[in-house]
Amino acid sequence: MAERPLPGTAGAAAVFEYSPAPESRAVARLQSSYGLFVDGAFRDSIDGDVLKTISPSSEEVLAEVTLAGPRDVDAAVAAARTAFEGPWGTMPGAQRAKYLFRIARLIQERARELAVVETLDNGKPIRESRDVDVPLAAAHFFYYAGWADKLEHAGFGPRPRPLGVAGQVIPWNFPLLMAAWKLAPALAAGNTCVLKPAETTPLSALVLADILQQAELPAGAVNIVTGDGTTGAALVAHDGVDKVAFTGSTEVGRRIQESVAGTHKHLTLELGGKAANIVFADAALDQAVEGIVNGIFFNQGHVCCAGSRLLIEESVAPTVVAMLKRRLSTLRLGDPMDKNTDIGAINSPEQLARIVTLADAGVDEGAERWSPPCTLPEKGWWFPPTVFTDVAPSHRIAREEIFGPVLSVLTFRTPDEAVEKANNTTYGLSAGVWTEKGSRILAMAERLRAGVVWANTFNRFDPTSPFGGFKESGFGREGGRHGLGAYLDA
Amino acid sequence: MQTVEASGVATTATAPRYAEAATFDAPSLVSSESRLARFLAGLPGVDQVGCEQRAAALATRSIKTASKLRAIDLAISMIDLTTLEGADTDGKVRQLCAKAAHPEPADAAVPSVAAVCVYPDLVATARAALRSSTVAVASVATAFPSGRASLAVKLADVHDAVAAGADEVDMVIDRGGFLQGRIGKVAEEIVAVKAACGDAHLKVILETGELATYDNVRRAAWLSMLAGADFVKTSTGKVAPAATVPVALVLLEAVRDFSDVTGRVVGVKVAGGIRTTKDAIRYLVAVNETAGDDWLTPARFRLGASSLLNDLLQQRRKQLTGGYAGRDDVSVE
Repeated sequence: MAERPLPGTAGAAAVFEYSPAPESRAVARLQSSYGLFVDGAFRDSIDGDVLKTISPSSEEVLAEVTLAGPRDVDAAVAAARTAFEGPWGTMPGAQRAKYLFRIARLIQERARELAVVETLDNGKPIRESRDVDVPLAAAHFFYYAGWADKLEHAGFGPRPRPLGVAGQVIPWNFPLLMAAWKLAPALAAGNTCVLKPAETTPLSALVLADILQQAELPAGAVNIVTGDGTTGAALVAHDGVDKVAFTGSTEVGRRIQESVAGTHKHLTLELGGKAANIVFADAALDQAVEGIVNGIFFNQGHVCCAGSRLLIEESVAPTVVAMLKRRLSTLRLGDPMDKNTDIGAINSPEQLARIVTLADAGVDEGAERWSPPCTLPEKGWWFPPTVFTDVAPSHRIAREEIFGPVLSVLTFRTPDEAVEKANNTTYGLSAGVWTEKGSRILAMAERLRAGVVWANTFNRFDPTSPFGGFKESGFGREGGRHGLGAYLDA
Repeated sequence: MQTVEASGVATTATAPRYAEAATFDAPSLVSSESRLARFLAGLPGVDQVGCEQRAAALATRSIKTASKLRAIDLAISMIDLTTLEGADTDGKVRQLCAKAAHPEPADAAVPSVAAVCVYPDLVATARAALRSSTVAVASVATAFPSGRASLAVKLADVHDAVAAGADEVDMVIDRGGFLQGRIGKVAEEIVAVKAACGDAHLKVILETGELATYDNVRRAAWLSMLAGADFVKTSTGKVAPAATVPVALVLLEAVRDFSDVTGRVVGVKVAGGIRTTKDAIRYLVAVNETAGDDWLTPARFRLGASSLLNDLLQQRRKQLTGGYAGRDDVSVE
């Protein structure tokens, strides 16, 4: 096969260069500083500190937020307890639904503001926060609003009771969406919440707090305490918390499980992943390539269920890799606020360092590294989309979660080998299967040990569908009817 | 600025699993119906959901300011300005030709369109009217739009058009034959029409609205290219749905892959229902991000349309002056 430059890939003079199309940052209406949202109002910290939140794409300080101290956490948990024993806990389900519907509608009304805040604070492209994060967050509230008055029909017994006060700690990759995943089912089931957003991405949760006020949600039903790991640790260790829900790294999840062990607390954990995306030779290859791109380069690969291990049937591997490289050459990396940007910034220097370390390990261990030509902005934290071929299952890049735009390509010969390699991981959050053969999809889904198996698509989320992990990817389900189970004493 | 250079070995993305790719021989493929059928059945499928999702994602590209102006001019230069009505007259065609050659006579920067597209009996009129311009004359032929006639009648139609001076012939495939599995017959007709075209360029209309599935669109496109098409074209404009972005994506993938395998370049024409600048720009974005730069020229991509031109002209003025032009600020035709 002759090697020649491909038409339409970088290098050729661009006939049709897209002009910058920046979204307005004024709609974010950022304040210079934010307090804690406790008992229905923003208030100053009792014993906390100040935390600066920084834009990953420009390194500018966006705002100062509170680093809540132990007494702040006490106050938040106490407010949640009062609301649970008072207005929220005693409210009929139909009434709770009314508030949830109202929150969902307000998220839609303020969608543009939320999308801009999310993109500024997280570094993800505005296209994704606008088209994925915010609409899905609203959809979760809509969905669980519908359950609030139907809990006795949800399959958890005739009169399922809420657990009480939920302490919820969420990650920085989908800040608003993860808040919605945690709050909506908890509130629908009649619990009250103390939510701790991630240290590097607190802003959208604070806008959400403003929305909760606007919705006139009873005071204390939701409390939002910003801070770092110490705040989160104080929250999950707090005696007044009945339920701990955490999404984040497996390492932190382990510590949380240790701290909760032997207490009355219920626990659900949604942790890391190293998903296999399996492409059979008979797949619709152009769409499979789209799915591979969406699987690992969506949100800069900062996705716990990212399809970070691509398993291709050996007979089509060179073709698929070549098609993938051509497609990657059209990805646009740069200013996340530009509506045409596909790949944004890496959320923090710590995360960037981790990605760099693992990518370097890939090279050291003998895998072939490739990135499309692209220019990284000077300021901010960036990593180019990267593909490793000739990856062996023993390499670190095939085993450890990179949580960045780095794809490891492996091959297989038979369906059995695909299943064996896909399951050969300590994680088990998601998997993808690409084939035009329906029976093979069902057979593979049966054998893959992953909470979610996508067929001929990847990274598609819907509030009606449960999401969660096997093995070290955690336990408990979010989304769907199953998601209610995490917040009900069945 | 830190620049990441392409690392590792650049690889040609060659059309997948085309069993014949190693010894690719289009004439012998086309001459054997069973081999052609096997080859077309071996093309990778198109996943409908994924294809439409990709089209929807491309539609979110935001084309503003300088790039919009550039896209508008590019789109104007790619138009096949079309009139295909029973009521067409010499006068109507001459007026259309005047507009085609100088869409905005007051502004020399506005390019001519690519071609004027008419029925065969009006080719001579168009040819005479466009004598001093760069605009090509295209003619539909082969019992357009249904194609339900004998090969002899279809060829006579083509001969008429070419003899009257058509530079380009837009033929229709036998959709009934294709859906019936008589792909040998479909291919033979294209080969015969291509021969009858002589020097004229052949655009093969697939009428994708009647082929219904993206798998069929991909196979019909490969069949047409193998049989000698210079362009593959979505629709006649007489059947709904006509052109859509997902269909255009499938065609763009087909011409890209065909060029990789055979080295022969085939163009794409989308036609029917493209009325607004926004529509046109969506297609240009699809071209840009699928087949790439090389296809962003009237030699390789066309927009078959009539009312689109005026919308482009109005949007062009908006880009230049900041004010919206009214309907009466541009000539009706």
